[in-house]
Amino acid sequence: MSDVLLAAPSRRSLSLHDAKVRGIIYQLLLAASLLALAIGIAVQTASNMRARGIPLSFGFWNEAAGFDINQTLIPYDTLSTYGQAFWVGLVNTLYVSLLGIVLATILGFVIGIARLSPNWIVSKVAASYVEIIRNIPLLLQLLFWYNAVLKTLPAPRASIELPGGIYLNNRGLIIPEIQLYAGAGSVGLAFLAASIFSVAFWSYARRARDRTGKQLPVLWVSLAALIGLPLIVFLLVGSPVSFVTPELKGFNYRGGHQLYPEFAALLIGLSVYTASFIAEIVRSGIQAVPKGQTEAAHALGLAPGKTLRLVIVPQALRIIIPPLTSQYLNLTKNSSLAVFIGYPDLVQIFAGTVLNQTGAAVQVMAITLSVYLAISLVMSMAMNAFNQRFAIVER
Amino acid sequence: MQAILKGLVGAAVGLAVSNASAATIENVRKNGVLTCGTNSATAGFSLPDNEGKWTGFVVDYCRAVAAAVLGDAQKVRFIPLTPKDRFTALQSGEIDILAHNATWTSSRDTSLGILFAGTYFYDGQGFMVRKAENIGSAKDLDGASICVTQGTTTELNLADYFRSHSMTFSTVGFADEEAVVKAYDEGRCDVLSADTSTLNASRQRMAKADDSVVLPELISKEPLGPAVRQGDDHWLNVAKWTLLVMVAAEELGVTSKNVDEMKASDNPNIRRLLGAEGSLGKDLGLGDSWSVDVIKQVGNYGEVFDRNIGKASPLKMERGLNALWSEGGLQYAPPIR
Repeated sequence: MSDVLLAAPSRRSLSLHDAKVRGIIYQLLLAASLLALAIGIAVQTASNMRARGIPLSFGFWNEAAGFDINQTLIPYDTLSTYGQAFWVGLVNTLYVSLLGIVLATILGFVIGIARLSPNWIVSKVAASYVEIIRNIPLLLQLLFWYNAVLKTLPAPRASIELPGGIYLNNRGLIIPEIQLYAGAGSVGLAFLAASIFSVAFWSYARRARDRTGKQLPVLWVSLAALIGLPLIVFLLVGSPVSFVTPELKGFNYRGGHQLYPEFAALLIGLSVYTASFIAEIVRSGIQAVPKGQTEAAHALGLAPGKTLRLVIVPQALRIIIPPLTSQYLNLTKNSSLAVFIGYPDLVQIFAGTVLNQTGAAVQVMAITLSVYLAISLVMSMAMNAFNQRFAIVER
Repeated sequence: MQAILKGLVGAAVGLAVSNASAATIENVRKNGVLTCGTNSATAGFSLPDNEGKWTGFVVDYCRAVAAAVLGDAQKVRFIPLTPKDRFTALQSGEIDILAHNATWTSSRDTSLGILFAGTYFYDGQGFMVRKAENIGSAKDLDGASICVTQGTTTELNLADYFRSHSMTFSTVGFADEEAVVKAYDEGRCDVLSADTSTLNASRQRMAKADDSVVLPELISKEPLGPAVRQGDDHWLNVAKWTLLVMVAAEELGVTSKNVDEMKASDNPNIRRLLGAEGSLGKDLGLGDSWSVDVIKQVGNYGEVFDRNIGKASPLKMERGLNALWSEGGLQYAPPIR
């Protein structure tokens, strides 16, 4: 009797009449055909490429690139390899994206909150910003910024001189180069020590507040430590820093760091555009917090500033963060429009010049696509982790 | 299944598998039109006129190939391409022939899956600077910002030249030739560098063309020529001999005006050129009248040069290296026999 009971379900589970078994078989068939399709495409592509004499290998990676890139954050010259050109492009993409994300977030929060301001003019200005900026294609905005930057700035010989040895012309913004001497390291160490002290003091102040209810002046103490300590060390070791002022020589200023107009136009364009979307996300996030929360906070005697900071924003963030992630991903991907205004990002250098000089179109595009996918996945993973910290914890 | 797979691959990878195999000429005949990749907008070389009709030096070469294969120089579909995209378009079969300002180099012939079919314009890379800079020589360009088109030999030559002269420079690159000229015109760069033909052509698009001057130095050899896909020798021959027949016609004094009279000539070279004797047309798989069609509808090499970029055009370029070999140039057609 018991044997029959045990055997029955196992026999039934092998039957095609069982919906569960059929389901598994369908899934397997689908997975197998997708895999076969992928392999088929790869094999067919490879054989077509071979038939046409198009290079199939990744051997170009270590060959000398032989072209120049004007804006590099990592060492590169014309003798570097295509592989190094790839890294230059990737770092440039990440650089402009991360700076763009920071600027767009700050601008977006300011405008989003301004739109809710009881002041009529402030809120209307913020509303017009959002409606104008988000409704114009980004590419046109980038071209506008690039041409606006170029057209308004003077040629190098007629540079605008700003205080502190800074020059502005249509080749960019040229700032003095900082040169460090022996002893400069100790200033850095002092700053590090001050940072550690600030974190420790902040955590002590929290515990003290929980115990006694008294708020210690965390901000002022930290600022004093972070600025004061490095400054004292700096003076003690005898100012181990000098500035190399740029000098007009030949065509342009020599010496000093240069911020290029292409970079500035891309950064401004991306930040301004994405900020208009972030502003809407912030506004909707704040408005989604029930009015009762504000009223309750006021009833408890919290000042308006504290109500916003301690009651509204923490709840609004839960709503804001997931769509914010999408905007960050959009900004990063939109940075590939750099190709139209000559900023050397990953697409311009790698999927542009490298692809063309090597002819390895399929390999280069495959690498470029994978890199964008990887950047986006890492970013959304980080944002999801951040989101989990703010998500409502059910008690 | 194989067909579906091929179709999918074609769609996914941009390699048009079915129609890009060996026999390009069959496809051109079947479609009744030659698909030709050219520059998007280079005055004198390839530019659509007010009525949208393509004109220019490389455009006329495409028309000559169409006349040779289809008997009608108007049966061409032009695909404007940036330098960055041109070789990929040829590799993938999107175009039948590439007639661009593309330099013939060893690496392009060997590693891109394409072959150059000859040289229709002998050029060299030069520099354009503003007169106000008072620069007399390329050796004074240390520290200059230089506007260039991406994916060209220009980029590579610049790096070589400045390295070998121990000078520094910084490039500003764009994919599109128009963007490069615009950036120079607006003062983003001190120097515009390209093949001299392109430099002269780009003057047409500048607001202040007379403020600029081309420096005397040429820093490279830039033989510009048409290219086809590897693995189709027949098509390579058609591309090659269409150009050579135009050069030979100029050598023999055959023009679009006198080609019909010349058919009755006693000169055996002219008779072979025009298909009255010999079997060049048959051997190339083209009609007997193909060379007459080319010369009558498009003209000989000299006519095409003068009309588009030479003395009868706004560009007024000298023949220079592109004169016939008998007049001190490099244009030379092997014997037709």
